[in-house]
Amino acid sequence: MAYSDKVIDHYNNPRNVGSLDKSSPEVGTGLVGAPECGDVMKLQIKVNRETQVIEEAKFKTFGCGSAIASSSLATEWVKGKTVDEALSIKNTDIVRELSLPPVKIHCSVLAEDAIRAAIRDWKTKQEQTASKPVETKA
Amino acid sequence: MSTMTSDVVAGGGTAVAQKPSEVSSANVTLPIYMDNHATTPVDPRVLEEMLPYFTDRFGNSASRNHSFGWTAEQGVEQARERIARLVGATPKEIVFTSGATESDNLAIKGVAEMYREKGNHIITAVTEHKAVLDTCKRLEKYGYRVTYLPVQKDGLIDLDDLKRAMDEKTILVTIMAANNEIGVLQPVAEIGKLCHERGVLFHTDATQAVGKVPIDVQKMNIDVMSISAHKMYGPKGVGALYVRRKNPRVQLAAIIDGGGHERGMRSGTLNVPGIVGLGKACAIAQEEMPQEMKRLAGLRDRLKDRIMGRLDEVFINGSMEHRLPNNINISFAYVEGESLLMGINDIAVSSGSACTSATLEPSYVLKALGTGDELAHSSIRFGIGRFNTEAEVDYVADRVVETVNRLRELSPLYEMAKEGIDLASVKWAAE
Repeated sequence: MAYSDKVIDHYNNPRNVGSLDKSSPEVGTGLVGAPECGDVMKLQIKVNRETQVIEEAKFKTFGCGSAIASSSLATEWVKGKTVDEALSIKNTDIVRELSLPPVKIHCSVLAEDAIRAAIRDWKTKQEQTASKPVETKA
Repeated sequence: MSTMTSDVVAGGGTAVAQKPSEVSSANVTLPIYMDNHATTPVDPRVLEEMLPYFTDRFGNSASRNHSFGWTAEQGVEQARERIARLVGATPKEIVFTSGATESDNLAIKGVAEMYREKGNHIITAVTEHKAVLDTCKRLEKYGYRVTYLPVQKDGLIDLDDLKRAMDEKTILVTIMAANNEIGVLQPVAEIGKLCHERGVLFHTDATQAVGKVPIDVQKMNIDVMSISAHKMYGPKGVGALYVRRKNPRVQLAAIIDGGGHERGMRSGTLNVPGIVGLGKACAIAQEEMPQEMKRLAGLRDRLKDRIMGRLDEVFINGSMEHRLPNNINISFAYVEGESLLMGINDIAVSSGSACTSATLEPSYVLKALGTGDELAHSSIRFGIGRFNTEAEVDYVADRVVETVNRLRELSPLYEMAKEGIDLASVKWAAE
């Protein structure tokens, strides 16, 4: 199978590889996929509580080149966006940007899931800290 | 920390970045072909012998009335002798076909139809090639009963399972000699002995074995055997089927009818240049097999040691003891096979990963061994061949180690395992 130049570029030079402290209240972690399916993505975001802007994003992926490229691209795209803006990223945008063939569409779906899971995790943490004193923002 | 992974953002955008390898390719020519179970290059000595049969000696070997036909026939008959000699058969027991898939079909369907009165039960194994499995499945639709034997963790069938599966309706046992993915050698001689004791015919798909390891149809009690040219440095599109003529005399119903070529078992004008090539490939194999087996096993072990000595959590799939000398199949935990292939794209090998298959299912052979899906996704098959060098083996090992390390730095599974998390205990959110 021939990969698009963008997939190869992300595979060879993945952006934002790494991990953030998953216990930090500012960090949301999404872990999606399953090893027996051949794809697992971990995507983490660090969000500024005041501005709701995603200031940092990191990923690690077990999967094919298209899965690696999809998650690498996802970290690039969420950085600098607010959490609400990041939720508007669609898997079809990823398919288009990376020219993924039909058999690789599930990689883009997984990347979208990873973004959503990370944001969900972060929001859950905010609700938990909000119920504590000092913080008032819902 | 590996120096290969970093948060570096590439500049140019769409420009394809150079591969991030630090392994020197000074002593090798790229790309390297190490997928010799898929096919092999034609040996120049084979090609040389074939060429006149495309030009001066172009005759139809079935033309009885002129020298063009006789010359072609001589070429065919010399090939028949050479093939027979390599496997301990007589020339009249060799039937030419278009390749091993056709040979498997002819053997299984031919026996099934011819011996229908005697019984309708066929025994095979779950790790057979699709040419055998799908043929058996079709016969099931026509009322035949098929037993698919499981394999043990090492890839070998259990002879007691075979004994238990045999009944008075069993007409055929079809078990491959060497597996195309894991190179495991089945106990062919023991199976043959058992079949002959019970009066059951024994077919073996020996596509990966003939020309690589010694095969003797007499000593091994093989009744029918599939042979392919392009797996042994011959041309594609030609193969043979050994069909025993004595003790017992095997009869096959043809699946291709026509002019009655090949004693009625396979009609169609013979592929004379291809057959000449197969014959020459067998002659070379016969002469060089002892040294070649030793050389390939040496290279294979060198590859294995250079990979396994430098990486943790890598696993060999299938028996090392009962194995083709040129095969190694390794799973690299926490790394997905297709992404590994992508990282070593100057090397031609294969993966059991689902992503490399049309069905999106990981290798059914590895699954049959009890290898978990995750490790099946992480498997790479290396098939070393006649034309691979020691320098190539070293380059391949270095590139594999480099790429696995790079991808593990990228792998959340590797990170979790290193943190002491039991991956089996994680509740995975499948799509």
